[in-house]
Amino acid sequence: MPSADRLHPSRREILGAAGGLFAWSFAPRFAFAASGRDPRLVVIVLRGGLDGLAAAPPIGDPSYAGLRDKIALPASGQGAALSLDGFFGLHPAMTNFARLYTKGEALVVHATATGYRQRSHFDGQDVLESGQPRAGLTRSGWLNRAMGLLPPGERISAKGALGVGVIAPLIVRGESSILGWAPQGLQQADEDLAMRVLQMYDEGEPQLAEALRQGLDTAQFAAASGMKDLRPGSGPSHPEGMVQIATGAAKLMAAPDGPRVAALALEGWDTHVNAGGATGQLATRLGGLDRAFAAFEKELGAVWRETVIVVITEFGRTVKENGNVGTDHGTATVALLAGGAVKGGRIVADWPGLKTSQLLDGRDLTPTTDLRAVLKGVLAEHIGLNASALSEHVFPGTSAIAALRGLIA
Amino acid sequence: MLVIDQDFLLSRRFGFGPRISPAGRQSADFAKLLLSEIASGGDHPIADDKLLTVAQALSEHEQFQEEEKRRAAIKQQAETEKAIEAARKEAMQKGERVPPGYLPPARRIFNAEATFRFRAALDANTGLTERLVWFWSNHFAIAIGKGNYVQMTAGAFEREAIRPNMFGSFRALLKAAEQHPAMLMYLDNRLSIGPNSRAGARRGRGLNENHARELLELHTMGVNGGYSQDDVTTLAKALTGWTVGSRLDEEGELGAFHFNANRHEPGKKTVVGRTYADEGLAQGERILDDLASHPSTANFIAWKLVRHFVEDEPDVARVAKIAKVFRATGGDLSKVYIALVEAGIAAKEARKVRPPLELVVASLRATEHPLVLGQALQFAQLLGQPLWNPPGPNGFPDASTDWITPAGMKVRLEVATAIARRTPGGANPTQALDTLFGDACSAQTRQAVGRAESRAQGFAILLMSPEIQRR
Repeated sequence: MPSADRLHPSRREILGAAGGLFAWSFAPRFAFAASGRDPRLVVIVLRGGLDGLAAAPPIGDPSYAGLRDKIALPASGQGAALSLDGFFGLHPAMTNFARLYTKGEALVVHATATGYRQRSHFDGQDVLESGQPRAGLTRSGWLNRAMGLLPPGERISAKGALGVGVIAPLIVRGESSILGWAPQGLQQADEDLAMRVLQMYDEGEPQLAEALRQGLDTAQFAAASGMKDLRPGSGPSHPEGMVQIATGAAKLMAAPDGPRVAALALEGWDTHVNAGGATGQLATRLGGLDRAFAAFEKELGAVWRETVIVVITEFGRTVKENGNVGTDHGTATVALLAGGAVKGGRIVADWPGLKTSQLLDGRDLTPTTDLRAVLKGVLAEHIGLNASALSEHVFPGTSAIAALRGLIA
Repeated sequence: MLVIDQDFLLSRRFGFGPRISPAGRQSADFAKLLLSEIASGGDHPIADDKLLTVAQALSEHEQFQEEEKRRAAIKQQAETEKAIEAARKEAMQKGERVPPGYLPPARRIFNAEATFRFRAALDANTGLTERLVWFWSNHFAIAIGKGNYVQMTAGAFEREAIRPNMFGSFRALLKAAEQHPAMLMYLDNRLSIGPNSRAGARRGRGLNENHARELLELHTMGVNGGYSQDDVTTLAKALTGWTVGSRLDEEGELGAFHFNANRHEPGKKTVVGRTYADEGLAQGERILDDLASHPSTANFIAWKLVRHFVEDEPDVARVAKIAKVFRATGGDLSKVYIALVEAGIAAKEARKVRPPLELVVASLRATEHPLVLGQALQFAQLLGQPLWNPPGPNGFPDASTDWITPAGMKVRLEVATAIARRTPGGANPTQALDTLFGDACSAQTRQAVGRAESRAQGFAILLMSPEIQRR
């Protein structure tokens, strides 16, 4: 029988190999250990295309109310948008985000999009998560590649990135080893059985073995972090499920030896019909997302101040309400940043306007900020990747897109 | 990766693998079994006359809703519900069947359909027909997360749109799928109204392009098939009026496809380079016919078939061969399946990991474990593939890398444990392994199962073996 060591190569070994490959491109100017920094990064993907004009409505734009008609949020009175800076408001279901904004721990990037200009969810998500200029180029995600560039042995890279969900988001999948966790539903399998199965895989099934090993390690870790009590959630498209997923991920990340980087996906943002205004389907989901921010804030406790949560989606939705009190697939939308390490309390936007002549293809919000510039800014300032690593490996072919600086406190 | 004997591999690639009882390992020339099943137009389960048509389902649901309204008017509603729940729990604790009246119709109908679907797969001989049903069901994906109406028609969609058409022409299958009430409800076309139609002018409601986009992107040409945003919008206009008969509209037959001319956007339409005169319903149908025979559609369907049945990264030559048959026969699906089986015979390794629903069925077939619907549904959901509820209209992912994830593999181990624990007492895992895999079993699997410390552990290892997990 092989020794336990052989069955369980340490994550550091695996990461060491991946990191070594690209070590040349990492500028060592970001000495985590020396600076005492211990950053946490969470990326939340909203699948389906979040309506940025509902999350952060431009209530000061003269065209807004007319275009949005039945789903427009009023500037005052019942169901009014929460005030951010006078021009932009916030959906009334997002009270926690509003509180964080006021504290300077949240910001909204508006009129942003990746380079993708068609309107397919699936290609849009592929571009968003792979970090590639087009869909279908790789099966690895930008966050996975970013992890592979970090110096092995630092706290941030000691554990792999955490991919939440039975199907981990593409954003964290790839060469670098990842941890996986999903809300628990069945009785855990016993260790002896697990070891025997791993041994059976040892010879011919390295892929199955590696994935199973990672899953078991994370489960053990989750149990040690006191997560046995989590009940099966109602799924990533329900508010309760969103809170549960956020709580679970945050508990893992709060542990001293827990993962520092996580990605999770929340679903149900494809609001073609009856999106609703201050209340309704979209309001319910935005409320779930909002409570997820609060869950992270609460569970991360003291390390919240070193945390950045980035919320992104594949595209926005049509500016004009469609025929069914909803909206169809569009282009630019919002990205939301929250966390103690965010230089918040502001809207980052070069507002393109909502007049027909100002819209993309006469129907969509025109993108004025490249989402990759935002993500590069976060990766540069929060976890210390340099420009060439970002432009060559994390978001290949983007040397013309400069990182957006000043997002991190 | 595993290299094993061809019959065993084909039985997993195109079916659900061997049954422990009654058949055991299917050692007869499996390719021949597959081809004769195709020639006979499929091996469909006997229709269950207790299952409802869409019209019956909707009618039952509406009755239920009216009753609900009346009940809500009564102040004691909360107490009533408590009593019902208590009665339900009591029945369950006593091991009695829960009286059907205690489940809302949408759930009850869903359960009956789900049982029918699992049963058909568990009892299937080769399993090819069921696997094809599942393939098309995922190709023309609908999701019950959308609401009651989709939940109670998802099963009918498979029985009414897919089963009767899947061995004929793709054209007929496409039309049946797009005009089925479940699809029109799921992709919102029943609500789409031509802005310049009579109804549009009156109500001030309008176009919804959801269905048209997914029809082009997911059902026919594929995302790079060569259509534009204008094609999406114009197709959406051509499809206006395609709706479902309902009591509210007081026209059309309840729960049946209905063309509402008042909602149809007038005028000729140009889609993917062709112009279609306005002939009402026929305009959209003609466009669908042309989309069904578009070369991009042939390539896309061939590629999806190979990816689902054979390999994650479809071999270009294999796809081209099948696409050629598709084009040469005008989309004759039986001919396409024959080409697919030939491609499957040529590929000698088990390259794919079974997606969750297949894994659940394969595991139950291998263990004589009786079907407990709630459990089967729970396993599939925890493994990441809740029945008829994919995350979006693109269906469930279909590459092994989507399923071999840390959390996914861990849940696979837990599901194997749960099934193994309930395997009938006298069963012997080593004997089961011989019956199921015979000589095709790898030395590692045989050794691991043979050395297990208990029967339950042996079965759990067997269910985790590459012979069960891969196909």
